[in-house]
Amino acid sequence: MLAGFPLIAEASNAARPSTHTIIIAKMRFGAVPPNIKAGDMIVWINQDIVAHTATARDGSFDVELPPGSSASVVVSRPGTIAFFCRYHPTMRGSLVVAR
Amino acid sequence: MMVSKIGALCAATLLSVSAPAMAKDAAINDAQIAHIAYTADQIDVDAGQQALKISRNPDVRAFAETMVRDHTSVNKQALALVHRLHVTPQANPTSAALTAEASKAHQRLSSLKGAAFDHAYLQNEVAYHGEVNKALRDTLIPDAKNPELKSLLESGLTLFTEHQKHAEMLLKQLR
Repeated sequence: MLAGFPLIAEASNAARPSTHTIIIAKMRFGAVPPNIKAGDMIVWINQDIVAHTATARDGSFDVELPPGSSASVVVSRPGTIAFFCRYHPTMRGSLVVAR
Repeated sequence: MMVSKIGALCAATLLSVSAPAMAKDAAINDAQIAHIAYTADQIDVDAGQQALKISRNPDVRAFAETMVRDHTSVNKQALALVHRLHVTPQANPTSAALTAEASKAHQRLSSLKGAAFDHAYLQNEVAYHGEVNKALRDTLIPDAKNPELKSLLESGLTLFTEHQKHAEMLLKQLR
């Protein structure tokens, strides 16, 4: 009975998705956090005075980010996802999503 | 060839008119700087709207939409700032020279269509952002006294540098 508790806690920790933040400022995507796993949430925060988008090249997400706003996406599949801003194509980055 | 000559002419005229006008006003005040910044933004909103009326190229239209969206956003911030600071933007020779030159460029571009227009519009955008960025770097940012105005101009410089690169990238794609 007692021995079962730690096992349950471990299992629920492993399954819980994490939230990661990427800040957009000065016409750049900020550092992409490490250790992103499939099922995690990415929160995009636009600190610029103009609108941006966070758009995946593979079409898996495309969010509008008006000035000073934030939006989130869930990355469901593992792999490397290149992303960019549709309005400012010089702004680019990539997410590495683990299983 | 003809098209690139037109573009080069637009750029050369813009440089020859606005550069001396910028240089002449050594002692420029914040009210004048705010007026110049607002004017420069509005000119590019108008140029973008002209492109949206004439161009049929999806990439050029997307670029023009971004110019309208971004320069409108910056001007919204600029107006909010001058309102907050109780500053009335002050007309000056640099703003007048920019407006006069923009009106000539608008007229020149209005006679073009299709690929010739797209090329000339983008060349003008590269030259125009280059000139405005130079003015921001060399004159407007160093001369601005109010820290909030200085900071807004710095954000503008970062943004317009991206616009210039974007226009250069599209111009290469069209070739």
